[in-house]
Amino acid sequence: MPELRYVDALNRAHHEEMERDERVVVLGEDVGRKGGVFGVTQGLFERFGEERVVDTPLAESSIVGCAIGMACNGLVPIAEIQFADFIHPAFDQIVSEAARMRYRSNGAFGVPLVIRVPYGGAHGTALYHSQCVEAFYAHVPGLKVVAPSTPYDAKGMLKAAVRDPDPVLFLEHKRMYRLVRGEVPDSDYTVPLGPAVVRREGKDLSLFTYGWTLHEALQAAEVAAQEGIGVEVVDLRCLRPLDKETILRSVAKTNKALVVYEDNRFGGFGAEIAALIAEEAFEDLDGPVMRLAGPDVPGIPFARPLEQWYWVNQDKILGAIRRLAHY
Amino acid sequence: MPTDVLLPQLGESTYEATIGRWLKSPGDRVERFEPLVELITDKVNVEMPSPVAGRLVEIVAQEGQTLPVGSVIARVEEDGAQAAPPGPEEARGQRPAAGRLSPLVSRLVQEHGITPEELAQIRGTGTGGRITKQDVLSYLERRGKAPAPEAAPPPVEAPAEGEQRVPLSPVRRAIAERLSRAKREVPHAYGVVEADVTDLVRWYEAHREGFQRQHGVRLTYTALFARAAVEALRAFPVVNAQWAEDAIVLKPHINLGVAVSVEEGLVVPVLHRAEEKSLVGIARELEDLTRRAREGRLTLEDVQGGTFTLTNPGVFGSIWSLPIVNYPQAAILATDAIVKRPVVRDDAIAIRAVMHLGLSFDHRVFDGAVAVQFLNHVKASLEAVDPVIR
Repeated sequence: MPELRYVDALNRAHHEEMERDERVVVLGEDVGRKGGVFGVTQGLFERFGEERVVDTPLAESSIVGCAIGMACNGLVPIAEIQFADFIHPAFDQIVSEAARMRYRSNGAFGVPLVIRVPYGGAHGTALYHSQCVEAFYAHVPGLKVVAPSTPYDAKGMLKAAVRDPDPVLFLEHKRMYRLVRGEVPDSDYTVPLGPAVVRREGKDLSLFTYGWTLHEALQAAEVAAQEGIGVEVVDLRCLRPLDKETILRSVAKTNKALVVYEDNRFGGFGAEIAALIAEEAFEDLDGPVMRLAGPDVPGIPFARPLEQWYWVNQDKILGAIRRLAHY
Repeated sequence: MPTDVLLPQLGESTYEATIGRWLKSPGDRVERFEPLVELITDKVNVEMPSPVAGRLVEIVAQEGQTLPVGSVIARVEEDGAQAAPPGPEEARGQRPAAGRLSPLVSRLVQEHGITPEELAQIRGTGTGGRITKQDVLSYLERRGKAPAPEAAPPPVEAPAEGEQRVPLSPVRRAIAERLSRAKREVPHAYGVVEADVTDLVRWYEAHREGFQRQHGVRLTYTALFARAAVEALRAFPVVNAQWAEDAIVLKPHINLGVAVSVEEGLVVPVLHRAEEKSLVGIARELEDLTRRAREGRLTLEDVQGGTFTLTNPGVFGSIWSLPIVNYPQAAILATDAIVKRPVVRDDAIAIRAVMHLGLSFDHRVFDGAVAVQFLNHVKASLEAVDPVIR
């Protein structure tokens, strides 16, 4: 099996899905001639032409709005939001229109739309190119919100998202594009949108995370193992719908839970995981449900030392693992 | 060293008891065999005598606590023994995590019947001396009772809004356990016959006042049914029996259990050697047992050794009942309400007082033919014109 970068796996999924189904179209800023600022849509314009690969103006509300119209009329659009930080103008279209269409039309219309969203902080990306937006959207019934963390999942879940009859917000942590590699089959496979996956088994505590922090967490778990702490690392993959069973099963096994996410701590998505565990696994708990998340400041600072201070990295995760393990 | 007072085995199938009320306080002097504490079992309440004479130095088990047999519930300093060393007492006082167990540890403590005494011995290795899961599991391993995760009870669903969770009383728990076991292990079969008790009702109405005057005890239908059941059991010994895997055990005496509804549920006091008793004797003993059942004053002997059970749901108006056998007995007879019905007699329709007699039985022990013959015997007794002067 070839080993691909995360970005290549996504690119493959685009090619395969557009080849498989001519209703699939791609639109967004610089997705055509440039092939996307991160290169995810490379080669699509040349192969499928400007009718199916559309460079749009810098207007996210209209990107999503047009895509909703396309989806309601028989196409299967994949809309790229260049950076999650710029998705906010499209909030109304996503939340008030796309997410509600099936409900308000009593099932007559669905919106088979994928909105791809590069998100999260990388070196020097600062306030306007670093945001985590999952909490805003995971709150909304009618949306699926996914955040694959491996190239295998990236391809399989993007294909599943394209084939899903309802809108899917597809979050791609931008650090993963070129740093994360993994085996990706050439075959046509999908990864269902829902189930979480245990990336590492452990007996002492469960760590729940998604996106880039999964990779930081796996490294921290490796170090913890050398100290005799068995960390079970659960990759949530899909934030809505949420795989409660896997979460609760893991807590029942380890009796301690640490939730790790990069977004600001207050009201972040991890709070939902913590609440779920507190409510449904109370009698399994041998320690408080802990959260490790980004600090509550308005954005990731540009200055290197402050950037370091913000990040939820391996060292911070290891510190939290030790505290909870010894509680 | 003070003597440990252990929770005694209080009956053949009791494996735990709840501390009812302490009759002595720490520091009190107590004589040997003097009542020390009230214990509540799933069958009866008893006063437990002190095993030694001396001074009660410590109450380990608190009121309301349910503990397995053999648990230390108190310590008594025996006469002539030297004063207890202060060591353990101090250690208990220092136990920092006692009031702060995690939900999981609390659950493990409950599931494995870890006593406060045992808990005090567990050294907490968590933050601030907290007792962790690992501490408990290590202790259980030492105790020689490694936890069996597969034996853990299924998770209980969180109550929905408005629902109320009523904790199980020992009686309720015993009922649930016994009935579940009976339904699980005993292949039940059922038979029902209809008895025409018109004459019996007439006889009863005519004689009950005289009966009470003459014998000083109230005559009840239950006593009449019990008498008829005893007669039938004498005729069919296999009904007064019990399944024993490799044999059928026929009981030498008829110890007739009679279900009595009490506030907490149901108790089944036993009329021992009922085959030796007349109707008067049965009525008198039933009255006594029923009264004491309602007052919660039955002794263990009163509820043990039953070989067959009579239940009378008719008093509540039921007209058709198929009870669960009282494990490990082979059968239970249900007597339903006497109602007037149009029935066919001599090819004419007549209004008669009739009732159903239902037998639930362990089909391993006997078959439907026996069940119906047994029921017909009861029916014949009740239908006889002068049914009970024997």
